[in-house]
Amino acid sequence: MADYDKIDTNVYLSRYPFRRLPGDEPAELVGKLRRGGVERAWAGSFDALLHRDLATVNRRLSDDCRRFGNGLLVPFGSVNPAMPDWQEELRRCHEDYRMPGIRLLPGYHGYKLGDKAFVDILGAATRRRMIVQIVVSSEDERTQHPMVRPVDVSVAAGVDPIRSTPGARVQLLNHNHRTPADLAKKLMAAGEVYVDIAMVENTHGLDTLVKAIPPERVAFGSYYPFYYWESAALKVKEAALLGPQELAIFRGNARRLMGDGR
Amino acid sequence: MRIWDLHCHPSTFGSEDPLKAMTDVVRTADRMGVERMCIYLGSLRHYDPNPVDLEDHNNWILRAMKPFPDRVFGFAYLNPNYLQKSLAEIDRCVRDGPMTGVKLWVAKRCNAPELDPIVEKCAGLKAVIFQHTWIKTTGNLGGESTPMELAELASRHPNVPIICGHTGGTWEIGIRAIRANKNVSIDLAGSDPSNGFTEMAYRELGPERIIYGSDSGGRSMGSQLAKVHGAEIPEGAKPLIFAENLRRMMLPILQAKGIRA
Repeated sequence: MADYDKIDTNVYLSRYPFRRLPGDEPAELVGKLRRGGVERAWAGSFDALLHRDLATVNRRLSDDCRRFGNGLLVPFGSVNPAMPDWQEELRRCHEDYRMPGIRLLPGYHGYKLGDKAFVDILGAATRRRMIVQIVVSSEDERTQHPMVRPVDVSVAAGVDPIRSTPGARVQLLNHNHRTPADLAKKLMAAGEVYVDIAMVENTHGLDTLVKAIPPERVAFGSYYPFYYWESAALKVKEAALLGPQELAIFRGNARRLMGDGR
Repeated sequence: MRIWDLHCHPSTFGSEDPLKAMTDVVRTADRMGVERMCIYLGSLRHYDPNPVDLEDHNNWILRAMKPFPDRVFGFAYLNPNYLQKSLAEIDRCVRDGPMTGVKLWVAKRCNAPELDPIVEKCAGLKAVIFQHTWIKTTGNLGGESTPMELAELASRHPNVPIICGHTGGTWEIGIRAIRANKNVSIDLAGSDPSNGFTEMAYRELGPERIIYGSDSGGRSMGSQLAKVHGAEIPEGAKPLIFAENLRRMMLPILQAKGIRA
């Protein structure tokens, strides 16, 4: 595996609600990412899973991304379109914190991609030319805390909203085997839709993925620090991709999604 | 660093032909730096296999391992609901054959008394005993064991090494469940590469009771290797987890069979 500079599209700051994680202090996280050759990391906040006051969650995220990493961390705030006045949260993410995108958590926030709430926020974020990341899954349902069991997001309902929102740029995070290849293709045909590789599993899982969907829509994402960062990197090694494909997954595809080279 | 993988299922590599499947496993293992592999289950179809199914599974594994005698270790699939057949399969595949361990899956909860003669027979042969365990928030299968049930079995056989497959998946509970049973080692395989798993195991069990496994091809070898490569534990512990703990456990039976290790 070549030692490319990488863009990691799926990391988190702050505390996972159910355990402390090695690397959940921002300085440690930045050190780990740098050792892995990451030049940019798109960061959300674990606080957004359960906190209702997302305004302070996003402010802390923005502050931490400025304080740590010398530009390595790129904040992706979370907005809950099922909450009143979510438009103000979106405005702050865009105008006050200069975030290039938002990270939606429908599984924790309790809406579906066919709901008006999603249609509205997808449209509003797209008008602001923001990337919309959608977290499809947060944890294997078999190991979830028994008192807090968010369901995986059904992405099929997202096809029509994406198709009817020209210019939308969407990334499915923690995309997994529950999204069949034909559905993933439909999503990608509906608009500029990407996936990350954090939850791609099975031996040859990544090889299979890049044969099933356009490889230029697959971006590196580790889900660190919830997962060991090495998991995503070693999956790329296991896949034995051609050099240009590897480079595209490690950074080229994410750069294209970002659009401005950040 | 030597890497031995405790937990491989060649039958999940996309070919029903054992030789083709095993060749794919070996090619992938070469790429990922894995030296030896323990393999079991001729398919994932039979949760409660009858005696004919058991033979079929084990014959499939015997065919898969044959071209790789120094590289691949076969474990015999057993079903305690068919105790006499299971004991006969130990004779056929381990005592008189090339296999070096046994795999117990989800046919019967492992605290049942039917497990005792299996454990005793394996102990006599120094065969590795691997018991699948899970603690599923969504609910276990009827015959699917938990680490707590494994601890009961291990308490009845305190001098026999036993492996807690998957560490129960929900590893924060699984590690606690077997912590007091010094004869139990854990298998890291087959759960998400959740950061902190290996660190907790190291803290609570020490480095010598943790064994690397992948559960490939249902899992990526890469995602599972990350549990050790990425763990924040002393570097000196990683060779133990990756190979030496399993090698130490297997050495008596490997030497008895003349297998280089």
